[in-house]
Amino acid sequence: MAQTHTLQDRARDPRVWAALLLFCILAAVISPSVPWLGAYPAKWTLPLETWINATLQPALEWVQPLSRLFAVGLETPLRALREALTWLPWPFVAVVVVALALRASRWGLAALAVLAQVYIVLVGYWPHSMNTLAIVLMSLPPAIAIGFALGAAATRWPRLETRVVAMLDAMQTFPAFAYLIPLLILFGFGPAAGLIAGVIFSIPPMVRNTMLGLQRVPDAVVESALMCGATPFQLFWQARVPVAKSQILVGVNQTTMASLSMVIIVAVIGGFNDIGWEVLSAMRGAELGRSLLSGLVIVAMAILLDRITFGFATTVAGQARPIGRNAFWTIVAAALISGIAFRLLVPEVDFQPDTLGRSLARSIDATLLQFVGATGNLFSALRDGLNYGLMIPLRIGLQSAATPAVWGFALQGWMVALYVIVTLAAAAFLARRNWKWAIALLFGTLFLATGVTRFPWPCFVALGLLLSFALGGGRLFLLTAGAMALILLSGMWMPFTQSLYLTGLAVLLCVTIGGAFGVLAAESDTVSRILRPINDALQTMPQFVFLIPALMLFRVGEFTALIAIMLYAIVPPVRYVEQGLRTVPAHLVEAAQQMGVTRMQMLWQVKLPLAAPVIRLGINQTIMAALSMLVIAALVGTRDLGQQVFIALGKANLGLGLVSGVAIALLAMVSDRMLRR
Amino acid sequence: MKLECRNVWKVYGRRPDFYFDSKGYTIEPDQLAERMAAEDHIPALIDATFDVHEGEIFMVMGLSGSGKSTLIRCLSRLIGANHGQIRLDGQDLLAATPKELIEIRRHKMGMVFQSFGLLPHLTVLENTAFPLKLQGIDRTAREEKAREMINLVGLEGREESYPHQLSGGQQQRVGIARSLAVGPELWFLDEPFSALDPLIRRQMQDEFLRLQQQLHKTIIFVTHDIMEACRLADRIALMRNGRIIQIGTPAEILLNPADAYVAEFTSEVSLGRVIRAGDMAQPGIADTGHPEVDADQPIEALLAGIGAGAQCFTVRPSGRYSGGRLEAARILQILGHSGHPARPAASQGIV
Repeated sequence: MAQTHTLQDRARDPRVWAALLLFCILAAVISPSVPWLGAYPAKWTLPLETWINATLQPALEWVQPLSRLFAVGLETPLRALREALTWLPWPFVAVVVVALALRASRWGLAALAVLAQVYIVLVGYWPHSMNTLAIVLMSLPPAIAIGFALGAAATRWPRLETRVVAMLDAMQTFPAFAYLIPLLILFGFGPAAGLIAGVIFSIPPMVRNTMLGLQRVPDAVVESALMCGATPFQLFWQARVPVAKSQILVGVNQTTMASLSMVIIVAVIGGFNDIGWEVLSAMRGAELGRSLLSGLVIVAMAILLDRITFGFATTVAGQARPIGRNAFWTIVAAALISGIAFRLLVPEVDFQPDTLGRSLARSIDATLLQFVGATGNLFSALRDGLNYGLMIPLRIGLQSAATPAVWGFALQGWMVALYVIVTLAAAAFLARRNWKWAIALLFGTLFLATGVTRFPWPCFVALGLLLSFALGGGRLFLLTAGAMALILLSGMWMPFTQSLYLTGLAVLLCVTIGGAFGVLAAESDTVSRILRPINDALQTMPQFVFLIPALMLFRVGEFTALIAIMLYAIVPPVRYVEQGLRTVPAHLVEAAQQMGVTRMQMLWQVKLPLAAPVIRLGINQTIMAALSMLVIAALVGTRDLGQQVFIALGKANLGLGLVSGVAIALLAMVSDRMLRR
Repeated sequence: MKLECRNVWKVYGRRPDFYFDSKGYTIEPDQLAERMAAEDHIPALIDATFDVHEGEIFMVMGLSGSGKSTLIRCLSRLIGANHGQIRLDGQDLLAATPKELIEIRRHKMGMVFQSFGLLPHLTVLENTAFPLKLQGIDRTAREEKAREMINLVGLEGREESYPHQLSGGQQQRVGIARSLAVGPELWFLDEPFSALDPLIRRQMQDEFLRLQQQLHKTIIFVTHDIMEACRLADRIALMRNGRIIQIGTPAEILLNPADAYVAEFTSEVSLGRVIRAGDMAQPGIADTGHPEVDADQPIEALLAGIGAGAQCFTVRPSGRYSGGRLEAARILQILGHSGHPARPAASQGIV
């Protein structure tokens, strides 16, 4: 124990870092003439993919008859539900939804439910949304049951808890597309694979919330139930579960949203006439109007599902709702019975406008095309500016970007000298305050000079290992080493650096921009009030939706992927920075005011340092969000690990999917552990 | 004897039972506790021995960390003890099986908690009926019983309220009603009034005394408030560092503190209000012509008589006190310097 301590101290020694920096600069300078330094040589890789395919594929195929049978068993009730939902005339289904809204919340939500459903009908996507809803509804009972059972077991047996938590971490960092591949092999291309993917993807929030809720049951409640003579069974079902109910229902809410998000993404494997497929095919056909209209259908569904389930979660015992329990069930029964009767008696009327949606889409298409055409210069200027000014240099380095082909001029000797001198001066200034900042700055400028993807890989490995050891000690070091080895040996180095560059840039921009908004929101209640519903909306959206505006304005390309990732990952920094700053204890703020600090000093010297742990958690969440969006952003054209997963999905290449999926998961785990400490 | 507690130990640590597994050797409590502490074990309850009589209010009094919570939880078997015997009506609770324990709790025990422990999703009525529901008693019967309890604690009209709609004092009334619903013989109260405002606390204490006059339960009441202990107790067990350091009536503890700690502890108590005439009466009868007082009168109430010139009082028997004679000089002696030399110095320090 003592020895690892001294070793870890040594890893935090500025001299060690200076030595590594020198080594990296040296390697960067000589790498153009030493080919194996720049790019990891292909002949040093192992055919991991082939091995995995050779071992796993037969195993999966061996259980295939059984799993296909299972799929058929699943698809029968699913088909029944889908047909029931689309068979009923929509006004009757809509009445049930409105009744749910009234039971869950107030009249406002009911009005929203009416508007949202009328919109869906008007644009002609009612059958598609019912198909999506059917899969979501089918996936919920198993996801909730499994999640609840796991959460309850982990609370009951603490020894199980660490294992369950580790499993959840792995499940949530492993990209969904990657485990879709074995599911496709097992269950075939069809709704069953999507359904099972939805179940798997939505179990973790249920487990987490069940655990949280059950663990937070006050001791006094448990003790008083015991003293009332409760048996273990009564204690669990009549005391613990009802007390934890609210948190468990938050789990149901998050599980529903996760399932919706997944069910929509799963559309990439093929159409079962659902709303996700509509958006995807519209995007592929570059039909802006159709993708926007169908995207808004997803938004409407997401908001309704979220508000209704959340309303049930936040209902306090004894709180009055617009309609009582009996009225609710009466309305539901009446709606269903009259719906069935209506359909049987008047089969030809279905209340759905035939052409309105299509003509609406066409006119919106035209308007959007006009808009995009008119503003095209503006957006392409923005895109090109950021692309050439920031993204390309960061990816391939100033040394490759500052060429006549890219920037229109070549690097002059004095420019290099100026770059070096400014960097060194800034580093010297920082070093007087904190040597870590200086080292970080020097590495940053070195990355900018060589480009993240062309930084010599041995330096990358050394930097990663030293950083992980200094921050997390031996175990994190081993995890990092394992991750690096897997990535190098499987030949994933280039996609890996691409991922690192893309997520790194997205996280950097999100933390800067989102952090600034967070500070504003913490300082001003008005800003906070404006931002809150926007954040709520962004967090409720299925990830897929973010591709639509990005694609519309910026066309296919890496920049579009960056924007989509940022749209999804910008919420955590805003939220956590605001929360961190607002929860600084009031007495410390008052004490600082008493000492006469200025507003800036208060922010930088009192509030931000105190909020640091919360902000670090926010950065952590930003990274996780960016990584989970990486795979989905691959749809609009990237060259990273996400794209590898996507390619693997297209070819049903189990090995490639697993290796690149594991690489993303490992990247997420390592960065998570580094920040969590 | 209702409840007998003999040499009960509760030890936290890696292998607490190791200390008690050898048969036939006598445990020397002080030495053993020291050894445990030296070996990374925490003796939370050390060799607790006492009896509680039928219908008695037995107060367990101590500061936080003194082991009083551990003691009441061992007695109610919410936690298991490592050593000793706890006998309720002669049945050893520590040896009871889980099934027997559930039966005992369903019929013989009730408990009130500091933080109430009410179920937030149930109404006052349902909370009160909860222990009866667990026994499988049908709705009409259990609600009738629950209403009776709710009336007893003065909450009629609030049956359909939920706990979060009630004040702290009202919530604890529900806690009391629930604990009494099964008609327990042994009633545990774990700092029931500590979470309440001082005024409400006082009210609830009066209410508690009123209930006890009606119900005559055998009561174990835990508190950290010496005033509360003196006000409510028939007998007090004072605890410190896991040990019971003195057991006695409030007057015994105030007049003959076992050590400096107890003396310090009780120094804030106003003796005139706590000590009753019966506590000090000596056998015999005073000469006629002296004023007569009831034995459960606090001696403070006798000061007016002394001021009027009475030299001696005749004490009439009352409650658990037998009567006798009481000289004014003894009262003045006790109220005069009260054996608390620290008091004037301390108040000077504050001024």
